[in-house]
Amino acid sequence: MPAKISVRGVNKVFATGAQPVQALKDAHLDIAANEFVTFVGASGCGKSTLLRMIAGLETRTSGAIMVDGRTMTGPGIDRAMIFQHYSLYPWLTVRENIRFCRQLKVHTDNRTAADVEAASGRADALIQLMGLSHAEQAYTHQLSGGMQQRVAIARALMSRPEILLMDEPFGALDAQTREVMHDLIRHVHRIEGSTILFVTHDVEEAIYLGQRIVLMAPQPGRIDTIYQVPLPKERHQDMKLAPEFLALKKVILERIRETSGIKTDLQQLEKLSSLASIDKVQA
Amino acid sequence: MKPDTSTHFDPINRPPRLFLGVRTPIKKGTYWFLAVASFLLPLLAWFAIAASGADKVFLPAPQDIITRIATWWHEDNLAADIGISLYRVVAAWALSALFAIPLGLMIGTFRGVQALCEPLTDFIRYMPAVAFIPLVMLWVGIDESARIAIIFIGTFFQMVLMVAEDVRRVPMTQIEAAQTMGASRGEIIDKVILPSAKPALLDTLRITMGWAWTYLVVAELVAANSGLGYAILKAQRFLQTDKIFAGIMLIGLIGFVIDQAFRLLHRKAFPWLHSRS
Ligand SMILES: Nc1ncnc2c1ncn2[C@@H]1O[C@H](COP(=O)(O)OP(=O)(O)OP(=O)(O)O)[C@@H](O)[C@H]1O
Ligand SMILES: [Mg+2]
Repeated sequence: MPAKISVRGVNKVFATGAQPVQALKDAHLDIAANEFVTFVGASGCGKSTLLRMIAGLETRTSGAIMVDGRTMTGPGIDRAMIFQHYSLYPWLTVRENIRFCRQLKVHTDNRTAADVEAASGRADALIQLMGLSHAEQAYTHQLSGGMQQRVAIARALMSRPEILLMDEPFGALDAQTREVMHDLIRHVHRIEGSTILFVTHDVEEAIYLGQRIVLMAPQPGRIDTIYQVPLPKERHQDMKLAPEFLALKKVILERIRETSGIKTDLQQLEKLSSLASIDKVQA
Repeated sequence: MKPDTSTHFDPINRPPRLFLGVRTPIKKGTYWFLAVASFLLPLLAWFAIAASGADKVFLPAPQDIITRIATWWHEDNLAADIGISLYRVVAAWALSALFAIPLGLMIGTFRGVQALCEPLTDFIRYMPAVAFIPLVMLWVGIDESARIAIIFIGTFFQMVLMVAEDVRRVPMTQIEAAQTMGASRGEIIDKVILPSAKPALLDTLRITMGWAWTYLVVAELVAANSGLGYAILKAQRFLQTDKIFAGIMLIGLIGFVIDQAFRLLHRKAFPWLHSRS
């Protein structure tokens, strides 16, 4: 069986600035159907770029990306992307946002009455699942950040995409809301059988959600290490305290620190504090 | 020990900071009071100066203006002057919008169109519309269409750039979300860019309507024999200061009413923008 997504020697160079930036260098990655893969790495290592290229929103400088064995050439309804911010349509209500794809031609061609019924049932089910029943007639700016993100997820799920691409979707949420969202997205992964690629800055989130973790490194952006998560497929919050979990977290954090190229310079810090004490003496 | 009340600061019961609080909300009543005062105070000052015996040619009194408007209405067919001026402004403005909205939409959406049209528009918009009068007379003639053309020249190029900017402000993620849901190019324009930019577009239409009015007097320089602008120009020749005042005031008043109508429309058309709690 071919991989669901196959990234073959992909390079991306941004030549817009004063000097070209190699955002991604020679990336190779195979992702199986229904796999949940998380991406971590220091800022600027090309996580968003890779995800956007798989979504078809960004062109590649060289290399190939295959989806279901076919070379991917642009955005498609088999891949839905969930952004961190500002992707909802504020002029539509929650329900209309979720049903947005139903008015697009790709989804209305060859549509039968049964499809229409099924779609309306799916919208209802998603609204229920995401806990948005009381807010379905509200406009999106009346919702909290967590609720807005649930609307964005429901909207992406509405068209039954086989692949979900999520770029720091919970980055702006508080810890409690995040935990709820984690279990929700894992539930979606299980019942919809979707393949999920999930970018995050939070290593704990990456381990808790992912079956594999892709660690990327900057300058040039590249895939550094791929970790298998040594936890059963079914996860629960207690596992975050399991020794395997903590050990992997330590390894990954250290590796990110090593590759990030940013270090805490203790000498500089000491210099700063000695300068501050001189100021005090003079004052 | 007694608390030091001189520096006592109560964040809940502190007096509202009308003029110093950065974007702090004020009471509706206060807002209206200030807005009405901003009209009444200059009016009172005007009364006072006029009553203190100012030269009527230099500064007529407010009541003179009212009388003038009344006689203008009864004897000089003010309604027709208002009608024709309104027609010229609205026609020129609507014509601008008819072309500026599609063009601005294209400029804001497609980089190629932007490269082709925007620098050129930027260049043209700095050319003074007034200076086009001789050319317009030459090319268009001296009938109604010439006067509309002047207002059009003054409005159109600015409007194109503002529309393009409104369109460019549509967040890229809104567009990309639609792309990943399978929207075609036409659907992205129709179902994302336009609805997203609509409130800003209505504001642009409101603001450019104001600019269209400012070109009225200039436009009615062109062989007109009717209209508010023409009346002001004629009154200048006969030193009828009160009529000049009346004309200016009427244009201001009409513009103000139209502006308020636009604002009302904005609130009615975009409830999602105005339903913030
Ligand atoms: N549109 C662009 N034009 C020019 N350079 C870009 C563009 N997008 C990204 N880059 C550069 O490519 C590199 C990778 O960026 P990318 O956004 O993929 O990183 P990231 O891993 O998602 O970072 P973060 O964790 O901060 O989101 C960075 O050096 C960035 O400056
Ligand atoms: Mg990123």
